[in-house]
Amino acid sequence: MPKQTNSTRRQFLGLAGGAAVLGAVPIVTLRPAEATPAMLAAAIRNVVGEAEVRAGKVKLDVPPLVENGNTVPMTVSVSSPMVPDDYVKSIHVFNEKNPQPNIGNFHLGPHAGRAQISTRIRLADSQKVVAIARLSDDTFWSASVDIVVTLAACTEEVI
Amino acid sequence: MASALINVPKKAKRGEVIEIKTLMSHIMETGYRRTATGDVIPRDIITSFTCRYNGAEIFRADLFPAIAANPFIAFFTVATESGKFDFEWVGDRGFTETASASITVE
Repeated sequence: MPKQTNSTRRQFLGLAGGAAVLGAVPIVTLRPAEATPAMLAAAIRNVVGEAEVRAGKVKLDVPPLVENGNTVPMTVSVSSPMVPDDYVKSIHVFNEKNPQPNIGNFHLGPHAGRAQISTRIRLADSQKVVAIARLSDDTFWSASVDIVVTLAACTEEVI
Repeated sequence: MASALINVPKKAKRGEVIEIKTLMSHIMETGYRRTATGDVIPRDIITSFTCRYNGAEIFRADLFPAIAANPFIAFFTVATESGKFDFEWVGDRGFTETASASITVE
């Protein structure tokens, strides 16, 4: 008899656990809390179209370990002579796990002199940041950095 | 309330590459935060920043909620002639702010 009660309890817990998981899944899919790698890929496709993105030329300077994700200094530089027939048209920065995959688009021109921009960004989680540069010949070059964040941005409550 | 801090060299040699640093005071509310009662705080960010050098656009940035509060943007340009840099920030809820700085090129 005790054996039977035991097994029904186990069944009940199993069922309850299953129901909880099933209940939780639709909530998560309805309101994604973070950008997925698929969203990152889609955001990059939006910018580059069908063009091939090659690694190189771009240098993404971000601290590898970040204590506070609310302000993370970031510098992107591209090795380019910045002359009228060979310059950087724009620099696009993306992330993997913030609520939105975009961080910023920066449009430069041959008169910039040096293809380098600096800003401060927010990171909601430890994740990968990708910088893509579009050159004047419409080739795309990229660099990515994995960053560990100890205090996440975006999700904290306002008191 | 909002105010800008601009750092442009006062003097430069012709053809010199100069760095321009800008800082705009703005909350950059992401639209993903909630109050203690669970209400979403509506998004309030700067969406676009433009810099013109004697009227010609030399730099433009599209900003997203992933840019930190009080957006700091630094970039470079070639000092070609004496004149004025005009900066413009445009954002949600009709936010616009402008600033300018002048440079003497020798």
